[in-house]
Amino acid sequence: MGALLNQRFMTLAVLAVVIAVLPLVFPSSYYFRVASLVWVSALAAIGLNILMGQAGQVSLGHAAFFGIGAYAVAIGPTHLGIPPWAAILVGAVLSAVLAYLVGRPILRLKGHYLAIATLGLGVLIALVISTESGWTGGPDGMPVERLTLFGWRVSGSNTWYWVTGALLLIGTWIALNLDETPTGRAFRALHDSEVAAQVVGVDVARFKLQAFVIAAVYASIAGSALAFMNGFINPDQAGFLHSVELVTIVVLGGLGSIVGSIVGAAVLVTLPQALTIFHEYEHLLLGLIIIVSMIFMRNGIVPSLSGLFLRRARS
Amino acid sequence: MTILTATDIGISFGGVKAVDGVGFSVSPGQILSIIGPNGAGKTTLFNIVSGIYAASRGTIHLADEDVTGLSPHDLAARGLSRTFQNLQIFQRMTACENVMVGRHLREKCSLLPALFRTPSVTRQNRETRAAALDLLASVGLKDAADVPAGSLPYGACKRLEIARALAAEPRVLLLDEPAAGCNAVETEEIDHLIRQVADRGVAVVLVEHDMKLVMKISDRILVLERGRPLAEGTPREVRDDPKVVEAYLGQHGAREAARA
Ligand SMILES: Nc1ncnc2c1ncn2[C@@H]1O[C@H](COP(=O)(O)OP(=O)(O)OP(=O)(O)O)[C@@H](O)[C@H]1O
Ligand SMILES: [Mg+2]
Repeated sequence: MGALLNQRFMTLAVLAVVIAVLPLVFPSSYYFRVASLVWVSALAAIGLNILMGQAGQVSLGHAAFFGIGAYAVAIGPTHLGIPPWAAILVGAVLSAVLAYLVGRPILRLKGHYLAIATLGLGVLIALVISTESGWTGGPDGMPVERLTLFGWRVSGSNTWYWVTGALLLIGTWIALNLDETPTGRAFRALHDSEVAAQVVGVDVARFKLQAFVIAAVYASIAGSALAFMNGFINPDQAGFLHSVELVTIVVLGGLGSIVGSIVGAAVLVTLPQALTIFHEYEHLLLGLIIIVSMIFMRNGIVPSLSGLFLRRARS
Repeated sequence: MTILTATDIGISFGGVKAVDGVGFSVSPGQILSIIGPNGAGKTTLFNIVSGIYAASRGTIHLADEDVTGLSPHDLAARGLSRTFQNLQIFQRMTACENVMVGRHLREKCSLLPALFRTPSVTRQNRETRAAALDLLASVGLKDAADVPAGSLPYGACKRLEIARALAAEPRVLLLDEPAAGCNAVETEEIDHLIRQVADRGVAVVLVEHDMKLVMKISDRILVLERGRPLAEGTPREVRDDPKVVEAYLGQHGAREAARA
C-alpha cells in the first residue's frame, strides 16, 4: 500500500524533475519544440494505453479524436467565435460523446474485428475533415488562433514546452490514480478474463466504454495542444498514419506501462529527428530499430528493462 | 425454502443436446452436488445458470425472481457467484487484486472520484484490501497476496478462485471442480471451507469428481448422464442406485483404482 503510493509519487516526482531540468541542456529553441512534441504524443499515448494496455481493447483509429481536439480549437474560434480555451473543452466533450456513441456498438467486437471497426472510424473522421473544406480548409489545413488565458498570450516554443509539460504531468497523475481503484481493477480484470470479470459483477460493456471515452479525451486534449502550439493544423493529424504512430508508441514503450508511453513517445518522436543525418535511409533505419527492439524487448521498453533490473537486483 | 431453482433446462450445440431437461433446486445452507461422467453437461449447466450461455429452454429462479436470460453481472448483483473448472484468474494481477475484483459489487465505483483519487477512494481501497487479505488467509494464501496470480501453482489458483467468488458475499455459490489438481491436504481444506460457507447460510452447488469429498459433504446429489438427469437423492441413495453405479460410479471407481 505505502510502497504503491510511493511508487506513484516517485514516478510523478521524477517526471517533474526531468521536465524541469531538461531545458538546462537544450542548446536551442528547436529542442524545446521537439520536447513539446514528445509531451503531446506521450499524453495521447497514455490515454490510449489505458484503453489498450489496461482494458485490453485496441483502437486503430485513435488519431480521429486527436483530430477532433485539434480542429475544435481551429474551427471554434475562427468560425464560431468560441474563446480558444473554451474550444479545448468543446473538443474534449465532442470526442467523449463520439467515443460514447460509437463505442457502444463497436466495443462488442473483439480482437481483429474491433481493430477494423476503430480503423474505419479513424478513416471516416479523417475523410470528413479533408472534404469539409469550407470549415476545415480541406487537405491544405487551416491556421489556428493563438491561445489566450486570462489575457496571457500563450506563444513561443519555450512557453509551450512548459504548458505541454504541465499537461503531461496532470495526464500521468490521473492515469496513475486509476491503478488502485475499482475502475482500474475492472479494466485490468476484463483484459485478463472477460468471463471471470462478468461473474464477479463487472459490467464489461460499461467499463470498456469508460476506457474508450477516457482515451478519446486524452487524445483530444493532446490534439488541441498541438494545434495551438503549431498555429496550424492539417488532416494528417487525424489520419491513419498518426493512429498507427500512437499505437506504436504504446506497444514500443510497453502495454500497460504509463512510464512506457512517455519513453515510447520520446523514442518515436526524437529518433526520426536524430536519423535525418542518414537522409534517404531514415525511414528504413527507424523501421529496423522498431523491429529489433520489439524482438529483444517484446513486452515493450519499460517493462522489459525494469524486469531486467529487478532480476539483476535480486541475484 | 429454496433460493435457486432451475427448471427443465436444455441447450444444444450443433444438434448435440449437451443439457436436456435438467432441473434442480437448492436452499440456503444446503450443499447440492452435481456429478456424472465427463461430458455429462455439468459445466454447461453452470454456464447456463450463471448467464454465460443462453438456454434454449427452461427457466431459472433466484430468490423468487425469474432471472432466465439475465447477464452474468446482473446475476452476480443478485447474489450468484461461481468458480471455473478451467481456471479463469486475472493472471497479470496479484492474488490480492484478484480477490479485490471479487468485491467489485461491494464497492462504490464511479469514474471521476477514481480519476482524481479522492480520499474516499483511498479509504475504500484500504478496506477492500483488508477484506481481501482476510479471504486469502481463509483459503491459505495469505503469503501469496502480492504475488502475480499468473505465477501461482494450479492448486493455489483453484483456491484463489474460491476466495474471489466468496469476496462478493454471494447467496448462491457454484463451484466447478474446486478440488481438481489438489492434494489430499488441500482437498481436506477445501472440504472445511465449503462446509463453513454453507454453515453461514450460503447455498452451495458443487460439481466434483472426487467422490470421497462429494459423499462426505453433500446434502443431496444430482447425477447427470449425457445431458439428462439420471438420479437424485441423498449420498446414500445415490451410491446404492444401480443405474448410477453402472453409468458413473462403477466406471469412475475403476478409473480411480487404475490411477492408484
Ligand atoms: N461451447 C460449446 N460448444 C460446443 N459444444 C460444447 C460447448 N460447451 C460444451 N459443449 C459440449 O457439451 C457437452 C457437455 O460438456 P460439459 O463441459 O458441460 O461436460 P462436463 O460434465 O462438465 O464434463 P467434465 O466432467 O469433463 O468437466 C460436451 O459434449 C461438450 O463437448
Ligand atoms: Mg466440466
